[in-house]
Amino acid sequence: MKTTAHEALRALSRPKAWEPVLWLLAFAAPLVLSRHALMINEIVIFALFAISLDLILGYTGIVSLGHAAFFGMGAYAAALFAKLVHPDPILGLVFAMAVSTVLGAVCSLTIMRGTDLTRLMVTLGMALILMELANKLDWLTGGADGLQGVVMAPVLGRFEFGLSGTTAVYYSLCVTLLLFLLVRRLVFSPYGATLMAVRDNRLRAMAIGIPVSARLSTIYTIAAAIAGASGALLAQTTGFASLDVFEFHRSADVMLLLVIGGTGWLYGGIAGAVVFKIMYDLLSSVTPQYWTFWIGLFLVVLVMVGRQRLMRPWTWMRK
Amino acid sequence: MRASAQLVPALVTSPGSAIAESASTALPPEGAHFALGRLGGKTMTNPTVLAAHGLVKRFGGITATDKVTLELKRGARHALIGPNGAGKTTLVNLLTGVLDPTEGSITLLGEDITRLAPHQRVRRGLVRTFQINQLFNSMTPLQTLAMVISQRDGLGASWWQTLGKSADISARCDHLLEQFHLTDVMHQRTELLAYGKRRLLEIAIALACQPSVLLLDEPVAGVPAGEREELLQTVAALPSDVSVLLIEHDMDLVFSFATRMTVMVNGAVLTEGDPETIANDPRVKAVYLGTGEEHAHD
Repeated sequence: MKTTAHEALRALSRPKAWEPVLWLLAFAAPLVLSRHALMINEIVIFALFAISLDLILGYTGIVSLGHAAFFGMGAYAAALFAKLVHPDPILGLVFAMAVSTVLGAVCSLTIMRGTDLTRLMVTLGMALILMELANKLDWLTGGADGLQGVVMAPVLGRFEFGLSGTTAVYYSLCVTLLLFLLVRRLVFSPYGATLMAVRDNRLRAMAIGIPVSARLSTIYTIAAAIAGASGALLAQTTGFASLDVFEFHRSADVMLLLVIGGTGWLYGGIAGAVVFKIMYDLLSSVTPQYWTFWIGLFLVVLVMVGRQRLMRPWTWMRK
Repeated sequence: MRASAQLVPALVTSPGSAIAESASTALPPEGAHFALGRLGGKTMTNPTVLAAHGLVKRFGGITATDKVTLELKRGARHALIGPNGAGKTTLVNLLTGVLDPTEGSITLLGEDITRLAPHQRVRRGLVRTFQINQLFNSMTPLQTLAMVISQRDGLGASWWQTLGKSADISARCDHLLEQFHLTDVMHQRTELLAYGKRRLLEIAIALACQPSVLLLDEPVAGVPAGEREELLQTVAALPSDVSVLLIEHDMDLVFSFATRMTVMVNGAVLTEGDPETIANDPRVKAVYLGTGEEHAHD
């Protein structure tokens, strides 16, 4: 007969049948497309970065144009840790996440007040500040030349990072899956539901007893930690960190990924990263100079027409 | 007007508030509500739950709230009426902590809450609804209520367990959905609900917070005639141990619901009493009923 609330609530968080299939495909991809292992690695890293932005933008409604601050911090922290302290990738990853967490906690103080516009500017400013710091502190970071010659020890002491990129992509995939499962847990929890409440209606969220500032600061910090992890993965798997990790285009691209894939939906970042990267590769092989034109056009059409309609061509002619 | 307001003697603190104070100093705020219930049974039948003492709010040179003193007994059905601009909404904002008073104090269950943030007052049992629906549009009524109840149970920061994992929480959702006639729409996104249903959800959310004091800000405002009855019934059926302060223009509802009334004019309390006294008070007739303000809203 009618479903009770208990069953209905449990069904919300139950994994859909296609979810494990998707992850199996992801893990099979580097085997099937072994020539593209490095590209898949990049997709995985961007997907993780986009998932972290989705936590704040999609689930909590915090707009940010400076999410690269945490990505970059993770990348530099991991690269420096490998060079100066210990080459073990997992230790480096944990260190990079810890550093980004601290940075996120500090930065979260700047996003509490003001409007969306202030938040856009403040987050953008933070990323610019960090980029200039990385540029200026060249004795530590290598400045504009970037931090080169980052040599990683084998993962778990067994799997060497080789030229083929197989170890790299599986390392990234495993870390991403693990963090994804944690994020999935989080968004279906009461905590996750209160985040959506804050996003939907901050006034009412306060009026039912949700400490809104605490929610904003904790989720911003968690998202920073995950963005830091994705930055660390990039530095560790490419053996390189440069000022580029802090660049404005990184923050803009990751938002673009989310817009393509859809916000407030765990798989939006993943879908966006796949579509974006494949489009980039296809377009830039056809027209190396003008590929951004087509990306731009796609974005305009996507936003104007709407994702739902664009995915259902048979509805285009209907009113 | 101002002079007449000052003629009304400030309400004397009832002996009940002393009881409430001792209860809350001995116990944490969460427990106070229940402790009060037990204490009330033994010693007092009607302790004060919410009290405002001489509240003043000035915006620049304008006095929006002028020395308002108000007291709500346990289980009260208290209506706050007054023409537009009388300061009713400002008073609600002061009570709930959206605004800070310029002067005066507010006590809830004997505890001074004047300086507490809105969400802290909610945890202590002071909950409001809004004149204009304030809902969570992308969530379903079921998700909304499960979220509010979890938050109320102190699980709002728990991120490891799943929403609605506890059978108790879902049972309470079921109960509220039924009570507010929302069962058949519990899976619809809130933004797609009919206005009457949205209005019901507005109140259901507040009740899910398990308030000891509920401030209802014009609950039937804008509800079409066909959906009105459902709403009036649920308002009438609110739990009897919850003290309700009703802010309303609809005189039918006010007189059928309230056992006590406060009339506000120009930010100050004009008079307070039982419905019969208020209805026969010539000053009330003059400033409120006589102005035709009420009819302008119908």
